[in-house]
Formats: sequence, C-alpha cells, structure tokens
Amino acid sequence: MTFTPKIGVYICHCGINIAATVDVPTVTEFAAHLPDVCVARHYTYMCSDPGQALIKNDIAELNLNRIVVASCSPLMHEPTFRDTIAAAGLNPYCLEMANIREQCSWVHPQETRTTTKAMQLIAGAVAKAARLQPLEVRQAPITPSALVIGGGIAGMQAALDIAEAGYHATIVERAPRLGGHAAQLYRTFPTLESVADLVNGMIERLIHHPRITVMTEAEVTEVGGYVGNFNAHIRRGEETSALTVGAVVVATGFEVFDAHRKPEFGYGVYPEVITTLDFERLVHGDLRVNGRQPERVVFIQCVGSRDQTLGNSYCSRVCCMVTAKQARLVRERLPGAQVTVFYIDVRAFGKGFEEFYDRAREEGVLYRRGNPSEIVRRGERVVVRAEDTLLGEPVEVEADLVVLAVGMTPRADIGTVAGLLKLSRSADGFFMEAHPKLRPVDTAMAGIFLAGCCQGPKDISEAIVQARAAASAVMIPLRRGQVQVEATTSFVDEELCSGCAQCAQVCAFSALVLHPLRGVMTVNPVLCQGCGACSAACPSGAINVKQFTFDQVMAQIEAITDGLRPGIDAPVLAEVVISSF
Amino acid sequence: MAIKTRLNPRSLIYRILIAGNGFDLEGREELWDCTTCATCYSRCPKKVNPMEAIIALRGAFVEKGRVHPNVKTALESTFRYGNPLTMPREDRGAWVGDLTVKPIGEGAEYLYYVGCTPSYDPRVQKVSRSLVSLLQRSGVDFGILGNDEACCASEVRRLGEAGLFEMMVEENVETFKSLKVMKIFTTSPHCFNVFKNDYPQSGWQVQHYTQLLAKLVTNGVLEFSGRLEKTVTYHDPCYLGKHNGIFDEPRTVLQSIPGLKLIEMDRSREKSLCCEGGGGRMWLEGTNPGTRLAQLRIKEALETGVEILATACPFCLLTLDEALKHVNAQDRLQVMDIAELAAQAL
Repeated sequence: MTFTPKIGVYICHCGINIAATVDVPTVTEFAAHLPDVCVARHYTYMCSDPGQALIKNDIAELNLNRIVVASCSPLMHEPTFRDTIAAAGLNPYCLEMANIREQCSWVHPQETRTTTKAMQLIAGAVAKAARLQPLEVRQAPITPSALVIGGGIAGMQAALDIAEAGYHATIVERAPRLGGHAAQLYRTFPTLESVADLVNGMIERLIHHPRITVMTEAEVTEVGGYVGNFNAHIRRGEETSALTVGAVVVATGFEVFDAHRKPEFGYGVYPEVITTLDFERLVHGDLRVNGRQPERVVFIQCVGSRDQTLGNSYCSRVCCMVTAKQARLVRERLPGAQVTVFYIDVRAFGKGFEEFYDRAREEGVLYRRGNPSEIVRRGERVVVRAEDTLLGEPVEVEADLVVLAVGMTPRADIGTVAGLLKLSRSADGFFMEAHPKLRPVDTAMAGIFLAGCCQGPKDISEAIVQARAAASAVMIPLRRGQVQVEATTSFVDEELCSGCAQCAQVCAFSALVLHPLRGVMTVNPVLCQGCGACSAACPSGAINVKQFTFDQVMAQIEAITDGLRPGIDAPVLAEVVISSF
Repeated sequence: MAIKTRLNPRSLIYRILIAGNGFDLEGREELWDCTTCATCYSRCPKKVNPMEAIIALRGAFVEKGRVHPNVKTALESTFRYGNPLTMPREDRGAWVGDLTVKPIGEGAEYLYYVGCTPSYDPRVQKVSRSLVSLLQRSGVDFGILGNDEACCASEVRRLGEAGLFEMMVEENVETFKSLKVMKIFTTSPHCFNVFKNDYPQSGWQVQHYTQLLAKLVTNGVLEFSGRLEKTVTYHDPCYLGKHNGIFDEPRTVLQSIPGLKLIEMDRSREKSLCCEGGGGRMWLEGTNPGTRLAQLRIKEALETGVEILATACPFCLLTLDEALKHVNAQDRLQVMDIAELAAQAL
C-alpha cells in the first residue's frame, strides 16, 4: 500500500507578533491549496490549549498523518507540538515547523514581502512534511557506577556522595596520595580549623568505603562511550585497565599561579619573597625567614589574577581570604610584627568573610590600597614599592617577608583532559559549564559533570557544594537505569559507502566507526547527536540524517524556490534559503 | 560639590593607621575645623569614629600648648570662672531677673541645669526665661544652682582638654551628689549630651528640655491658651538629633502650639546640616571662614518660605541669628528657640 500524505497546516498569529506584518488569512488560503494539504487553519495562539485542540481534532476527524505548524522557532515550541500530535496518536516526528516569526515577521517590516516569505517557508515545510518518516525514540540501559577523575577535595566528596547513595564510584588520582591542594593547607578560613583534620577524615572514609575504588598514581587515558555507558581506560604504571561507568565527574583541579611570571616581585630571587602556598608550609613550622622571625611582613594580593597582561583577567576569589587568614596567623604568632596588605579591592563575599576581614584589621593588619610595582633589595630586607591609591602617594614598605597571594590557573594539561572528554573551555581557560546560571555543574556532554576548581577558582566549601551537586546530577541517570537516545541520528547507505572514514574525522562524538568485516562506516546511534557534519563531509552522499534526509531537504528547497516571481529580489531569496536550515 | 575644609575624616583615619604612633600634627590646622556634628561616625558602616580621633589629636595640640588664643581664653576662663565666656561667677544667676526660681538647695524634683550661654548671653537668656515660665505654668517642681552652677565642660572635652574636663566632671558630680539631684533637664543639647554620655553615670536621669515639654503637652499638663499663627521650620541641633536620636520631641512641642504650621526643610532629622557652633567652634573660626554652614542653613530655611526658623540649642540659635544678619534676611525670617515660641502661646 502506498503512503498518501494527508497534511494539516496550522498558522499562528502569535498575538500580533506574526499577524502585524504577515497577512495570516491570505497565507492560510495559500497553504490550503498546496499539494497533499487537507486542511489549513489559523489561530491567535496555536500553542494555547484551544490551538492544540484544533490540531488534535483534525487528526482524529480528517485522519491527518503529517502536521505543519507555522509559528515561532522550533527551539521554542517543537517539543510542545510533538507532544500534541503524539497525544492524538501520531508519531512525534511527523511534525514540521515553519519559523515565520524569528525568521520572518520579526525581521521584515514590509507586509507584502513578509507574507510572501511566510508562504514560501510554509510551502517548503509542507513539501518536507510529505516525506517525513516516523522515528523511534529508543532507550539504552545504564551501568550503575561512576568515574571520578581527580582525588582532591571535590573529587573525594563527589565519590563519597555517589557511594553513599548506593552506587559504585572509582576515583582516579594522578598523585600518590588523595587530598589535592587542600592537603597542603594549614588552616581554613573563616573558622581557622585544621585542614589536615578535614582532609584526613575524608580520606579515611573514602579508603574504607565498600563501594569506592581508589586508584592513586593512575591516569585516565581514554574515554569513549556515552551517557549510561562510558568506557574508560585507566593507566597505572605499566598496566592499563578498562572500566565501564554510567557517568563521569571531572574534578581535575587547578594549578597555583607561577609567581616567576611576575619577575618584578623577585620570586625565586629573594628568599624573603614567597607565595601564599609556601606560607602554608612555613606557618606549619616556626615561621622563620633567613633564620629569624620576621618583624615586618607584607602581603600582596591579586598576584596572577585580574591581570590582563598575563592573560588572567579573572578574580581567583580565594586569595583575599587566604591573605586575611595568613595575616591574622602572623599577628597571632608574631604579635610584634607589623603586617601590611597591599590590595586592589578586598572581596570578602562569603558567609563570615567580611567579619573575618574586619577582625584582621581590628587585630592590627594594615590594609593599603595599591598594586605594588616592584620589590627591590635593601640591605638585609627587601622593599615593596607601590602607589598608595587612597593617598595618591608613592610608598615604600620594608619587609623581612613578602607573601604573594597567587591565584588559581587552569592545569597545564587541561587541554588534554578537554580533548579526552570532549569538553569545552571558557575564555579563562577553565572547563565551561553548560549554562552559567541554570546548568553550572553540567557540561555539553550528557553524563559528564564538573566539580571543583577545574571549572573555575573556588574555596573549599564551594568545591564541596559543586561536588555534591555533581554527585546528585550523576545519580539521576544512574537511578533511572535507562537513558533516552536521540532519534534524529545519521545513517549510512552501505551501498554507497566506500569506507573512506572522512566522516569519522569530522565527528565530534566519535559515533562513526569502520565495520571491520563489511568495510563500511557504521553509526553508533547512541553517540550520534544528529549534527549532520558527517553527512556534509561524505564525498559519496552515503550518509543521511534522519529528519533531514537529502530528499526531504531538496524537496523543501524546491518548494521554497518554485514559483518565485521577479517581484522578489535576490537578498530576500538568499535569506530564505540560508535561514531555513 | 564645594569642599569647605581640608579636613577629610576618611583620609585622616587612614593616615593615623599608617603612621602608627608617629602621626605628625604639623600642618594639620584643619583638625580645628571639626564641629563634632557626628555625621562622620553615624554614616560610617564600620563604626569608625573620626570625631573622637580628632578630639584625641586636639588633645595632643593642647598638651603642646599649641592652640589658638581664643581656645586658650575659653579653657582658662572655664578653669577660673566656671564658664568659657570670661564672665564673673557671681553674675551667673542674674538671668533670672524678676522671675522667682527656687534654689535647688531647697529641694526639688528636677534640677534645671541652665548652662553657660543661656545664663550669660542676653539673646539666649530669653530662652531660659521662657522655659521657666512654661514649666512654672505646668507646675513642674524644679530648682536651679544659680551662681553655684559650673560649666558642664562639654566643649572643653571636645577642644581636647581632657585634664580640665576631668576636673569639671568631678566638681559637678560632687555638686549633684551633695544636693541629691536625681533628675536633670538642660537648656542646651550639649550639656544634655555630656551629662548623658560622657559623665560617669550615678543613677540620675538627664533630659533635654524638649523631652520634658513634649511629655507635658502629650499628657495635657501643658496647655496653650494663646495661638501663634506662624509658619515654622525646625533645624535639628546635632547634639540633640544625630548624637542622641531626639528628632520627634521638639516637633511634638511645635505641633502642639495652636495655629503653628510646621514645614520641614529638605535636610532634616538625620540629614540636618550642622550650624558650626559645636566642638568649640563657637569661639573659633574655621580654616575657611568664607563659607558658613549657618548661612547655607538660613538659605535652606528661606526656600521653605516660612516666617520662623526654630531650633532648640543655644549655639544653633546664636550662629543662625548671626548668619541671618549676614544674609540680610531679617525682614523675611526670624530665628527662635522652641521654648520662646511655646511661651508666646501661653
């Protein structure tokens, strides 16, 4: 039995968003006479309940089998109308949308031309709709475990939460010991607790947890697969093992800014000049410099942060409080020492931070606004030279100890990790979240989540917060047990494929592999995101994308260009063609 | 915005912090510009009090004897005559004139602490006398110290003479104790403030007279038989308002006067502009005498179109009255104390 398309066309006014510049009744009349169209209607708001009811009734009464909705962008309401027709018993992929708002009514003021363009877009959509095929929404099973890359405080917390929820977690750490940068710290801010106590407690719980595998001195070398079933290769010494997990938490951390990159401060030249991280070790001991206790201590903030010259425009967020904490520790240990902090701005934004900063000043820490220009040697001491910008005067402060508040930078190998997991990075070089407000823990890759400073500078509590968020995001697919797979994937016509693998080179999702026996490319429909890059790259025209096949798209183009009259000028035509795809 | 003085409280505090113990007073004559109006510390979100720092630094000037001759005169006069005005002690009670006020020694519920300016200055004596008639009409039982009254030393403290201040405190506390004084009210917000906030607390209750009058009118004890068909604006004295949060009571008294219409200036209550009479500035010109805040205040009062600019402080009364003459607006505006206005409606 041959398939006969029976198409309904539904044209939306969108209030006056469309109707103000498009003659909707005329367009409806035009649509009603297009091939295969059984009915064409227009309505104020097609997405409203009565609008959707129009479509459902027609499907039931007129036995429609393909639907065209001419309204806004499919980004806005394609899911809505797919649900509408599915509720009326049609396959959700038997829908085609013509965008006559963003791509027509909103951008062209003249009614005659917008009306013509709307007609062309609808003609194209109808031609494509006649050739649409129902597609299957498929489910894939999920491996109920997670891989956590990085054994710092964020990675440890994520692993603990996942394991506590009943799933298995494998934590892979490159260093011989868990704990990351936090393990090198002496006291927390703003509560001045021992960091070692916090970190060691977590390590203990982690090592003894029945559902956590700890792999130290290990490295993830390869990650394939997709949400629900990632295949990771982990190298440990000479051995490489394979691991399948349902989701991945990336918690690879940061690197401390290399103070050598500010040569004017003489780090590595003057033994009196150290970093905040060096200070954490120093304060663990008896706080001596050159064999004696310093009498004058200077802290310099924003070293390597908020510095466009160094390419680090961002604020490292923790240094203000690290400095306040260390300054207070100096005041406490060496009550006779004069402590000066040079700052640009003090950002004490967290809970208890401003109060902590107030305490530092009450305890006699002198905050002077100004970014020092250089440090020079003067006899036994060094001299910090700066402009005090509150006074507008140059100042020199002699010091026995200068502590540079070094910021956080992305790890040197972050590019490698990004390549491994196909993650994007933001302008600051850290991993980029899927959305800065609404999806701050997600990546663009389904099933891969971010925790801790690999996404941007954070203090311990913020790293914990993000780790716990990432862990709970991981648990969503793990708990569900199955994952929905994209239906509009590419497929290979094995008759035409020569197995040249050019498609595999352009695929960002590693979805195409050469079949070892048949010598043709095969698509992993779970990995494929339907972007169409392979289809464009294929020299034989062997790859099509479902819902965007050659015959569908060509029919659409032909319908749009057919019957174009000399009255329509070239620029509009070009726009129609370009903007429709 | 015009800057009236080089005195910058923010920069001053910062320089003091940076200098540690080595703060150099040299060339810091602007420290005498401070009127101790309390705006600095009432606006500081970090509870920094530049005003007290300035008072302390003035102390360093005083210790070195490096003070303006007028300051020297005021301090010496306070030490010798119990008032900063070089007036004889034996004339202190003369303001009473034909009124009958009982000496506190005879015993009374309240001590009316009159103060130096209200005792000696002919303009302000009218305020003291008005107040006496108001309170006597209300049946309040009060007495005065007369010639035994000594300066409260509020301005002495604010000029930085901590030693003399201590001495005066001792003398006054001794007097109050020996007379078993339990309740005090004052003419001046400055005396009120120093008793309330700077004197050792010995269980006595201190009020400004506007607080007492407000209570009397609210309780219906003080009733006005006359009317005062005048439009009036009210200038908040710093030591009543910003220093002690007393904004409503003076307005309560004004609004209880039949016929009186109160119109507020834009800058009122916490935003009130200082008249420059505080912090010893009654006897000292600032480093920029060209711009007087009191004149600015007169202009602000004129903008409201009222007939009378009312206040409740002897210093405000005198500085504003003086400014009125400078601005040449005596035909359009009158400066009066709340007590005087209220007494007119008795």
